[in-house]
Amino acid sequence: MSLRTPLGRVRGLGSAKEGTAHWWAQRLTAIALVPLVIWFAVSLIMLTGADHEAVTAWLGDPAAAVFMLLLILAGFHHAQLGMQVVIEDYVHAEWLKIALVTAVKFAAVALGIGAAFSVLKLALGG
Amino acid sequence: MSNRDRPLSPHLQVYRPQITSVLSIAHRATGVVLAAGLILLLWWLAAAASGPDAFGAAQDAAGSFLGRLFLFGWTFALFYHLCNGIRHLFWDIGRGFELGTVALTGWLAVVGAAALTGLSWVLAYAAMGAL
Repeated sequence: MSLRTPLGRVRGLGSAKEGTAHWWAQRLTAIALVPLVIWFAVSLIMLTGADHEAVTAWLGDPAAAVFMLLLILAGFHHAQLGMQVVIEDYVHAEWLKIALVTAVKFAAVALGIGAAFSVLKLALGG
Repeated sequence: MSNRDRPLSPHLQVYRPQITSVLSIAHRATGVVLAAGLILLLWWLAAAASGPDAFGAAQDAAGSFLGRLFLFGWTFALFYHLCNGIRHLFWDIGRGFELGTVALTGWLAVVGAAALTGLSWVLAYAAMGAL
């Protein structure tokens, strides 16, 4: 016999009220990052010791710029989700936990937009 | 948190380290290291966006001994987190939980990460014409 109400069961959000949204987002970004990280590693190897002109030419290719933006989006989101779990596991003072999780979320968005803006500036002819 | 004298269960350091537990905490540790590395990625991209002088300084810093040391560490952290992350994704679909398989894939992740790190650095030096 289940004590859960039919409405609670169909919503599937559990006691945390957000269901598996965090877990699922972490997996989706992880899957997206597998090809993106391999592409990025190959790109960086080819750019070893590159000068400014070579990097500008690299991001001048629309495909490279789009892949880089996808990497930044998935990477910063994945990092934010992961850091949140680490903070929630090890920081036990409630106010500090909330402050750190908030700071990580703000930082991920701010730094991610900074990185994306840099890519766009280079891609669109700086 | 009010009763500080209550008995506690044995903590982590009581147990002998095993491949499963060591790789699990290593996944976390490399994740945190990679999150910090994203700040460096932003710095590198911002330097490129602000012009040849700033980018030259960034490339010099990355190519210095200390810069290369950190980049080498980040390369291994990236490939380890990638390989072990794929291991996690297989667990998520319910595969690879047998004890022998867990140990085997764990060592594969470590050896794979080491091999990819070594290969990347050899190719990077070759791309620079240093080999």
